[in-house]
This record gives sequence, C-alpha cells and structure tokens, in this order.
Amino acid sequence: MSVARQFLPPLISGLLFGAGLTISGMTDPERVRGFLDIFGDWDPTLAFVMGGAMIVMAIAWRIRSGLKEPIFDDKFSLPDRTDLDRKLIVGSALFGIGWGIAGLCPGPAIVSLALSPLQVLPFVIAMMAGMLLQRFLAAVLDKKS
Amino acid sequence: MLPGFPEAQPIHGAVGGILIGLAAALMLLGAGRIAGVSGILASGTKIGSSGMSVISAWGFLIGLPLGGLVIALTTDWQPAVFAGWPVLVIAGLLVGFGTRMGSGCTSGHGVCGVSRLSQRSIVATLTFMSAGFAAVFVLSRVGG
Repeated sequence: MSVARQFLPPLISGLLFGAGLTISGMTDPERVRGFLDIFGDWDPTLAFVMGGAMIVMAIAWRIRSGLKEPIFDDKFSLPDRTDLDRKLIVGSALFGIGWGIAGLCPGPAIVSLALSPLQVLPFVIAMMAGMLLQRFLAAVLDKKS
Repeated sequence: MLPGFPEAQPIHGAVGGILIGLAAALMLLGAGRIAGVSGILASGTKIGSSGMSVISAWGFLIGLPLGGLVIALTTDWQPAVFAGWPVLVIAGLLVGFGTRMGSGCTSGHGVCGVSRLSQRSIVATLTFMSAGFAAVFVLSRVGG
C-alpha cells in the first residue's frame, strides 16, 4: 500500500480530532476537571462532546457493517475481545485517577504539545514513561507465569 | 447557555464532539482502525502495537496538534492553565501505565468502543469515569 494511502487518512482524522478537542474546550484541564467534579460546580460540557462524537460513531458502525473492506485500506483491523479481565478494570481505574488529578488524557495532551508545549511537556514525558513501565512490568509478569 | 450551569458550553461541546466523531469515523471507514489515541501513540513509538503501521500512526499524531493549532489561531482561544510539574508527572505516569494496561483511553474505549456497544469498552469507560470522579472528589477534600 502506498505511503500516501497509509499517511493521509490518519492525518486528516488527526486534524479533525485535534480541532474538535480544541473547539470543545477539552484541551483545558480545568474544564475536564469541572466535568469530573460532580459533587462541586459540575460542568457538563464534556458530556455534550461525548454525546456528539458517539452519535456520529454509532452511524459509522452501522455503515461499517455493510462494508467488506475500508475505503483506503485492504482490511479492517479492529479489536475483537469480549472478555472482561482484571487488567482492563485496574488499568482503566489507574488511568481515571491520573485523568482526574491533572484533567488530561492522551488526546488533549498531544494537542497541547502545540498549544501549551512547555506546560504539558512533563505530563507527556511521564505518560510515555508510564507506557514503557507497563510494557516492562507486563513482560516480567508474563515470564513468571 | 445552559440553565443552572453558567460555565457549560454545550454548543461548542457538541460541535467539537461531532468533529471528533467524524475523525473517528474516517479512521474506521477509511483506514479500518480504531481512533484510540493511547494505542496510536504506542504504535507510533513502537512501545506497543495496535495493528496500525508506524506511518499511519504518525499521520494521526501529526494531525492532532496541527488541528488544534488551526482552531487556536482562528478563534478567540484562550491559553489553558495546567497543574504544576510534580502533579503532571504523577498523573502522566498513571495515564500512560493505565491506558496501556486497560487497552485504551477516552477516545478508543469512550468514543469508539461505547458507540460500538463493546462490553469491554463500556466497563472500561464506567471505570475510568468513576475513578476520575473519585480522584477529583478526594482532591477537593484535601484542598488539591
């Protein structure tokens, strides 16, 4: 597959995604923490972001079920696991705690590399370190079992 | 704008959300993949594999900040205030570790998985939302 076919659809997807996060104020950690502050001054904006995105994606999943292959690629590469395991729950809980502490998740953090580079840099470096640490620990634990 | 919630920006939120949905739809229908930022980040840096080529991952990772920049330069965007670096480091470690261990974040599980009615993604999203509510509640009690 050509480099352009591999590169351009994700590039345009990224552009739309970054624009959406910025328009909706999701690159502002205080607005995200405002949504998570359900016992304080609750700011429901994030629910509108999630709602808007999910409505479009619900339609996209319908369209996908009628497609044999994606428009610019040879095949669909989608997650197919259905089991619930402890890693899913513990990992999501750890992520949620970090999300609540700083008001940042991976998407807005990457967008902020352009909008507020110096402020977000410690978070992004630590996030990459956390990903590496998880890979290392998972490899060690896999060896033991 | 929204009665009872003076801070809320429902229109901006919904418009941004629709753009995010279109982005994820293009990734799904165009490239046949999930627009999950943590997974794409891991693919692009070769920390892990989410079935996406490095070239595709970098297309998305370059587009993300550029799309934000276009909006910041063309609207009355205001710079955001971030926590101090010790807080950001702790939070970043948790977010990086947790999203890899739990196979996704707000975009992959939240936007793409829940709309697919994936059982794993619905459980993951309920879990990280609850943990986020709890973290903000505890920090507000201790003056964080």
